[in-house]
Amino acid sequence: MTPTTTAPAAPGPAVDVRGIVKRYGATTALDGVDLQVRQGTVLGVLGPNGAGKTTLVRVLSTLVRPDAGTAVVAGYDVVRQPRQLRRAIGLTGQYASVDEALSGFENLYLIGRLLDLPRRTARARAEELLERFSLTEAARRPARTYSGGMRRRLDLAASMTGRPRVLYLDEPTTGLDPRTRGEVWGEVRHMVAEGSTVLLTTQYMEEAEQLADELTVIDRGRVIASGGIAELKARVGGRTLRVRPARPGDLPEMARCLAAAGVAGAAADPAGGVLSVPVAGEEQLTAVVGVLGTRGFPVADLEVRLPSLDDVFLAVTGRPSAAAPAQDPVQDPAQDTAEDTAHPQPAKEYAA
Amino acid sequence: MSTAVLTSPYDDTPYDGAPPAGDGRIGLRAQLRHVGALTRRNLLRIKADPESMFDALLMPVVFIVLFVYVFGGAMSGGRGDYIQYLVPGLLGQTGINLAMAVGTGLNSDFATGVMDRFRTLPIGRASVLVAKLLAETLRGLVSFTVLIAFALLLGLEVRTGPLQVLAAVALSLLFGSAMVWLSMLLGMSLRSAQAVQGVSALVLMPLQFGSSTFADPATMPGWLRAFTRLNPMSALADASRALFNGGPLAHPVLMVLAWTAGITAVAAPLAVARFRKRT
Repeated sequence: MTPTTTAPAAPGPAVDVRGIVKRYGATTALDGVDLQVRQGTVLGVLGPNGAGKTTLVRVLSTLVRPDAGTAVVAGYDVVRQPRQLRRAIGLTGQYASVDEALSGFENLYLIGRLLDLPRRTARARAEELLERFSLTEAARRPARTYSGGMRRRLDLAASMTGRPRVLYLDEPTTGLDPRTRGEVWGEVRHMVAEGSTVLLTTQYMEEAEQLADELTVIDRGRVIASGGIAELKARVGGRTLRVRPARPGDLPEMARCLAAAGVAGAAADPAGGVLSVPVAGEEQLTAVVGVLGTRGFPVADLEVRLPSLDDVFLAVTGRPSAAAPAQDPVQDPAQDTAEDTAHPQPAKEYAA
Repeated sequence: MSTAVLTSPYDDTPYDGAPPAGDGRIGLRAQLRHVGALTRRNLLRIKADPESMFDALLMPVVFIVLFVYVFGGAMSGGRGDYIQYLVPGLLGQTGINLAMAVGTGLNSDFATGVMDRFRTLPIGRASVLVAKLLAETLRGLVSFTVLIAFALLLGLEVRTGPLQVLAAVALSLLFGSAMVWLSMLLGMSLRSAQAVQGVSALVLMPLQFGSSTFADPATMPGWLRAFTRLNPMSALADASRALFNGGPLAHPVLMVLAWTAGITAVAAPLAVARFRKRT
């Protein structure tokens, strides 16, 4: 993503976190986290439930005081200059933090007034945001009557009211259906295009891939990997092509043909009726499809799978992410249900 | 809506672009604006959920009916005298009942995440709580109006004057505000809304009934009489009674003011600190 920064490029990163530690009793939620977000870019913070993502966001938004380390956001120290910092940040949590009893308009108008906008401007800003987030029709209804997606959009609109220079999005699409998720992604891109710097936490590799310029993977309160998306994906080992033959009996023959044609690593799964082929690049994808085509195997389905968060974990830690400890102490129990029912890694349909 | 506003909606946001100058302290006028906006929010919430006014509207009626008709007949002097004795003290009782419910609501507010939003905004740390207190004060006023109107219907006589009645209302609101701070502190210190409710009831019961509100402490055993003498609810009931019926005023009023100042001085700063620190 090419950032079109409107703000003057200030020296140094927009978010600079060094050695942040946060303990809750015997639990260490953050165990010396370091990360930087460059101005006008999106950093994806990827990690399983309980990795410390929410605690990190709460430290950076002045809600939780760290036990050690320093964090400077938009030039302000989170511990020593919280008042100044609050003017520069916006936060959207996993739960829509809007007042359910108030209408969408009243929610945004309230935030505008609390940000010292004059009445008229606060009203205009609220209407403008409602329109941009497609909430104009529901503007006068209590937020309690909104769907999950509408509430999340209202929440995003609320965090955008003050045109924050740094925006934290804590799992902004957890629990949303794919269409609404796409809408939220569109809005995040829009915000970045307007010059915001975004720190995005997510459990979805695809979300990180869609939005983030760089990635930081955290687990058990520690950074275990960081870098560009391509870099990390190379470590993980790229994508997998899954072929479902129309006749399951073809599986062994297909694997043999691919091996003979020089495509390595094809693994037949007779129980699932699919053949998995790791693909390093586009040429290899073409090669596999070519082999299947020239040999005339009828194919029922083809899909390309991205490396999942689990694959990333396996690659950088050598153990599956399910072995991660219990959730953050500060997180609400309700979140567990939301995350447990989270969708498996979305797959891209292969369009040949 | 004028398009001129829409094309440059941010021109008057002071923090767009360069970092704001200064130490980020929030001026008094800004604080008052924030409290106003948040009080409006609290009133809109009542408007959206009118049932939340049931307690404020009906509690005084239930109080009067129950106590006047359950105890009134058994009291020397009968019902008429008991109304004169009881109703002034019921102002205070209604006040602390409403006040002690505030913490439960605040506790549930924290479960929704909207408090996180407020705490990441550049507003004074006490604004949210002060706005809550103001909205509760308005609820208290409505409740007191119902109480006095209903009691007048049942035969309450004001033997002094309207100013004294207003003073009695003000005194009960004042003490109620101290109890609102205490309740907010409890609401943010305890984990669940249920715990808040339980502890609030424990605070309320002895204050309410171990007082001179419902019966003359002269009939009580010595250890209880000692408690009622210190209990601010006794002072509040005695002061209100004097303001409705006439009688010595200075001592009970001073005692109510002292208790109000004491409770507020301890509970308000602790509540504000809790508001920032609660995770």
